[in-house]
Amino acid sequence: MSKILIIAEHDGRSLNQSTAKTVACATGVSAASIDILVMAESAGLVAAEAAKLDAVSRVLTVENTANANALAATLAPQVVALAAGYSHVFGPSTTFGRDLMPRVAALLGVNQISDIMAILDSHTFKRPIYAGNVVLTVKAPSDQPVVATVRMASYQPVASNSQAAIESVSCSAEIPAHTRYIDLKSGSSDRPDLQTATKVVSGGRALASSENFKIIFELADKLGAGVGASRAAVDAGYVPNEMQVGQTGKIIAPELYLAIGISGAIQHLTGIKDAGTIVAINKDAEAPIFEVADIGLVGDLFSIVPELTAALK
Amino acid sequence: MDKILVGLKRVVDYNVRVRVKADGTGVETDGVKMSINPFDEIALEEALRIKERGEANEVIVVSIGPADAQQQLRTGLAMGADRAILIKVDQPTDALGRARALLEIAKRENPGLVILGKQAIDDDNSQTAQMLAALWNRPQATFASKLELNGNMARVVREVDVGLETIEIDLPAVISVDLRLNEPRYVKLPDIMKAKKKPLDEISLQDLGVSVAPRLEELRFEPPAERQKGVMVEDVAGLIAALKDKGLL
Ligand SMILES: Cc1cc2nc3c(=O)[nH]c(=O)nc-3n(C[C@H](O)[C@H](O)[C@H](O)COP(=O)(O)OP(=O)(O)OC[C@H]3O[C@@H](n4cnc5c(N)ncnc54)[C@H](O)[C@@H]3O)c2cc1C
Ligand SMILES: Nc1ncnc2c1ncn2[C@@H]1O[C@H](COP(=O)(O)O)[C@@H](O)[C@H]1O
Repeated sequence: MSKILIIAEHDGRSLNQSTAKTVACATGVSAASIDILVMAESAGLVAAEAAKLDAVSRVLTVENTANANALAATLAPQVVALAAGYSHVFGPSTTFGRDLMPRVAALLGVNQISDIMAILDSHTFKRPIYAGNVVLTVKAPSDQPVVATVRMASYQPVASNSQAAIESVSCSAEIPAHTRYIDLKSGSSDRPDLQTATKVVSGGRALASSENFKIIFELADKLGAGVGASRAAVDAGYVPNEMQVGQTGKIIAPELYLAIGISGAIQHLTGIKDAGTIVAINKDAEAPIFEVADIGLVGDLFSIVPELTAALK
Repeated sequence: MDKILVGLKRVVDYNVRVRVKADGTGVETDGVKMSINPFDEIALEEALRIKERGEANEVIVVSIGPADAQQQLRTGLAMGADRAILIKVDQPTDALGRARALLEIAKRENPGLVILGKQAIDDDNSQTAQMLAALWNRPQATFASKLELNGNMARVVREVDVGLETIEIDLPAVISVDLRLNEPRYVKLPDIMKAKKKPLDEISLQDLGVSVAPRLEELRFEPPAERQKGVMVEDVAGLIAALKDKGLL
């Protein structure tokens, strides 16, 4: 019978929603148990949140000052030490999980399944390749642990109606000193988080400056939406990198996505394939974005967007 | 530092719309344009800049793949790498096997840095750098958008979901690069001529002593579900009506 260990993602204070989505994916394995591992400096708050998640059997905590920040080189040996007895070790396919999990896999001597989007059985998974233009079904060997990351846009977080046991565990893994955390600069905003927002408005190169991006923010505020951008807009410096949507940015699945002045390159479309409704506003009727848009409007964004914002009273 | 090792993967060019083979056993590659994985060009550019600043003596490009991967290595030499190593393998490999092969090269060459792409745009695995760092028991700095060397340490700014994280690592280390680290240079014609004379060594996986028999079975390749064709609206009023219709406003 399968036993699953899920590596919690958190910032020391609260649990990232990616963990509840990873649990949702794990329920597809029909395992005997699903445990969550919280590695932190002080795990209390995060563990309490994790314990509420449905389908979770136990929350294991490892408290260590070295775990104050999530460094893959620090965390991986601890995961490996605690992974004994588990048939599956899952993490989210966020930058946290994508940094950590392959290091864990290599130390366990196995390959990693990246970006699970569907589970066929305990060892058979679907995952996107070629920027989501191909879906590959892969089978992992049954005589080794399965190490995998979970594609966030494919799962809804499990609910928080439970009360799992929390157990503090000790871990004697040797922690290397060769990697040191310095700092984190985040463009913190009070707008909804891009990856969890139900509505997202994104702007592209056509915005032409960071000042002009204001009209995107105004529309987003009216809709209660998160704000994203194409790579071209990020590269040009109109908005910070954490707003990039696409193959190499964030893969998102909002109910409503508005692509404004974005051509619809395949690398961008990869990021929005699972959006509920895609709206495209573009002055070029031939733009590829219209091939995937549910609702398309051809015209100049600089007149359409303010008009739309004004109309949304 | 003495040497920098850069991994160059031969992949289907990023502009190609890939097609799944009718029998679901793979994607069409016959007659399809192949290129260096775009992230690997950025990795190489960074290595070349480090060398040009006098902070490294030699840049070595490595590719694991079929004989045709020589083309990508030659392009890497034309960009400015000093020499190339082809780890020749005709059968498919998996990420752990590729990381093991790169580890053998790292052990032979003792580079101060190994710079790889953050992901290969064919398999979208995003694993090799982290696996190599683990097997080599060295630091990793993934998704790098800025790299500063300081003696036997490096300071790396990483693009993470919530912003930009800075870490400090001891060398030797493995870096995986993100798109915004730099803009790769263009190759000039005389450089292509010069590159023909640069050394390109070939070694088989067997000779490296690595077994890369893949353990992940690739059962089936299929196209993703198509989105249904949508509607066009004439103006803002039409857009609002269509959104209300779907219960989104
Ligand atoms: C390896 C790799 C990874 C990549 N990853 C990503 C990724 O994660 N995310 C991403 O987005 N891209 C990514 N890209 C880049 C991608 O290929 C495109 O270059 C990029 O998405 C284009 O951004 P854009 O649509 O804003 O710009 P453009 O392609 O220049 O499109 C601008 C659009 O705006 C329209 N327009 C102009 N003026 C107006 C106006 N006044 N009103 C209305 N419409 C107007 C134009 O008709 C055009 O369609 C990647 C590329 C590579 C090689
Ligand atoms: N066959 C290969 N040859 C050389 N380098 C590779 C190969 N496969 C992967 N790499 C390197 O590892 C990076 C990440 O690849 P991946 O982990 O497969 O997404 C790539 O950008 C390359 O730098």
